[in-house]
Amino acid sequence: MNTSTLAIKVSGISKSYGSVKALDNISLDVRRGEIFGLIGPDGAGKTTLFKILVTLLNADSGLAQVDGLDVQKDYKKIRSRVGYMPGKFSLYPDLTIRENMEFFASLFGVTVEQNYDLVAPIYSQIEKFSNRRAGRLSGGMKQKLALSCALIHKPSVLFLDEPTTGVDAVSRSEFWDMLFNLKEQGLSILVSTPYMDEASRCDRIALINNGHVLDIDTPQNMVDNYDAPLYGVKCDNMYEMLKKLRKVESIANCYTTGEYHHIVASKEFDVERLIQDLTDNGLKNIELKAVIPDIEDVFIKLLSNEQQ
Amino acid sequence: MSTLKVLIRKEVLQFKRNTFLPKLVVVFPVMMMLVLPWVTTMDVRHVNVSVVDNDHSTFSTRLINRIAANDYFTLQSVTTSFDLSMQQLEDGEVDAILEIPKDYEKSFVTGNLKKVNVSANSVNSIKGSLGNQYLVQTLSGAINEMRNSNAPVKNGELIAIQNRYNPTLEYRNFMIPGLLVMLLIIITGFLPALNFVGEKEAGTIEQINVTPVSRFSFTLAKLIVYWVAGLIVLTLALLVIWLVYGLTSVGSILIIYVAAFLFILVISGFGLIASNLSSTMQQAIFFMFFFVMVFMLMSGLFTPTESMPKWAEYLTYILPPRYFVSTMRAVFLKGATLYDMRYNFYALAVFAIVMNLGAALTYRKQS
Repeated sequence: MNTSTLAIKVSGISKSYGSVKALDNISLDVRRGEIFGLIGPDGAGKTTLFKILVTLLNADSGLAQVDGLDVQKDYKKIRSRVGYMPGKFSLYPDLTIRENMEFFASLFGVTVEQNYDLVAPIYSQIEKFSNRRAGRLSGGMKQKLALSCALIHKPSVLFLDEPTTGVDAVSRSEFWDMLFNLKEQGLSILVSTPYMDEASRCDRIALINNGHVLDIDTPQNMVDNYDAPLYGVKCDNMYEMLKKLRKVESIANCYTTGEYHHIVASKEFDVERLIQDLTDNGLKNIELKAVIPDIEDVFIKLLSNEQQ
Repeated sequence: MSTLKVLIRKEVLQFKRNTFLPKLVVVFPVMMMLVLPWVTTMDVRHVNVSVVDNDHSTFSTRLINRIAANDYFTLQSVTTSFDLSMQQLEDGEVDAILEIPKDYEKSFVTGNLKKVNVSANSVNSIKGSLGNQYLVQTLSGAINEMRNSNAPVKNGELIAIQNRYNPTLEYRNFMIPGLLVMLLIIITGFLPALNFVGEKEAGTIEQINVTPVSRFSFTLAKLIVYWVAGLIVLTLALLVIWLVYGLTSVGSILIIYVAAFLFILVISGFGLIASNLSSTMQQAIFFMFFFVMVFMLMSGLFTPTESMPKWAEYLTYILPPRYFVSTMRAVFLKGATLYDMRYNFYALAVFAIVMNLGAALTYRKQS
């Protein structure tokens, strides 16, 4: 075991595909035993970063270490220490659950029984289908199998690239419980997700967009540091209202999110005047309230700050 | 070593579990050897003939009977005018016309032999020229017979023709060793290429690449399975050839297997290059197909390389199947020894090294 205090260290990593810059000078650290979330929309560069860290891809510039080992020089050693679950299900669909497990275990020179304790909480849920072919499993079961296979050699760092994409809400929540259990057992986990609501289950998160980091902090700190007044507003005609709101000067930003439109207010914002304005414009049943920001609001704010 | 065993086990498992591949390996060689030797024949039979009989003599009747009795011809009609027969030729009912001039038989006696007119539809040039030749042969046979019955002077029997190595001039015997080459190209060239690209398409290769398994043992494990499949296919095909056509190798069967194995190394290496250069099955199939076409038409499988234009003949030297095709034919039909074929073996060995080196190089460029 490496004694380095960092599970993953990324400093100044850049990677381009032709003229497209997928990663632009990214730096971040993942501490041992934490769940670190990479949060960002599709195309933000999450998968590229994963591929570099699990030694599938070489970065153009910058340094990256996993478990204290350089991803380019010591790629062979890294491969036996990390567990990787790609975004796309990539186990053998024509092999059964049991065969997939045994195959991947023996590639690492271990048996399923040896590390059974680690995978048991997850694997036991699908074990009764162990003779079913992986290609015929449901999305949630595929995800559990993929996680079991990524864990079977007892890795010290776990890489999960969008593990919950395409999985139902209940299974998603269960999955995060499983990750929490693994963390308790001392694993360091890097997980990416496009779902902002999952961010709060991570110890720390990095918000990334267009190949660079917007912010790195704990989800709580990010929300606490949100420094502008935020309101939610709804009425009968949400679309008309959105068009009106965008013309109001004292509103820095407004966007749709679920039931309410969120309004980021600037200093001279006056709640009473806005309601009056909207009523004058023929909108009915206006409801306006202050809301507590979540990660999505943080993300949108950081994004608009950057664009200015 | 144990990793290799695990990988091979996985490949065999996947191979067996595939709904199509195991059947292919058994059915493909058997069907190919049962059907194709009959149809890939250049022997011309059943040429439709129309005879224009202007003579109406004993000779012309005898000639017509000869044509009707011959398996190479089907006597379609006997007419009295060339135009009538020509009409039939234009309608496609008749391939060749034999016109016997008036007073032909009489001209034997006068010694001033008249000319017989043979016309053939040569759109299919092989059928046309062979049809012509057969007709001329039949005619001269009839003339000889006629002369012999009149006079004791003999000629034509002074030449003795012996067809060595393929005494009955069966085109089939020429084709069978070539078809074995085709079989191996498909089973040991196409299939592994598709298998590799399949792992790319499914993304499973990524999961493998983050394990400590080396690319080399991963590749080797796959190839071993297809090598074995190739040899099984070859054995099945040889059995069918023996049971159905009674054809066995004149030369040592061991040499055939050695040559086949070398060729398998070459063609599976080639398949690897194809899979390295393509990211989808479609690309791989097109890549392989293009080269397989060239291999089939240019390596002497159907047409002798010697009769190609000079530049094309030189080009055939860089086609590995050329060496395998000629080795197979020489060993199978002539009983050539390893020593006789040594240059072909050297060439195949060199190709095996070049192809697999190429496969290694094209792979590196990927990451």
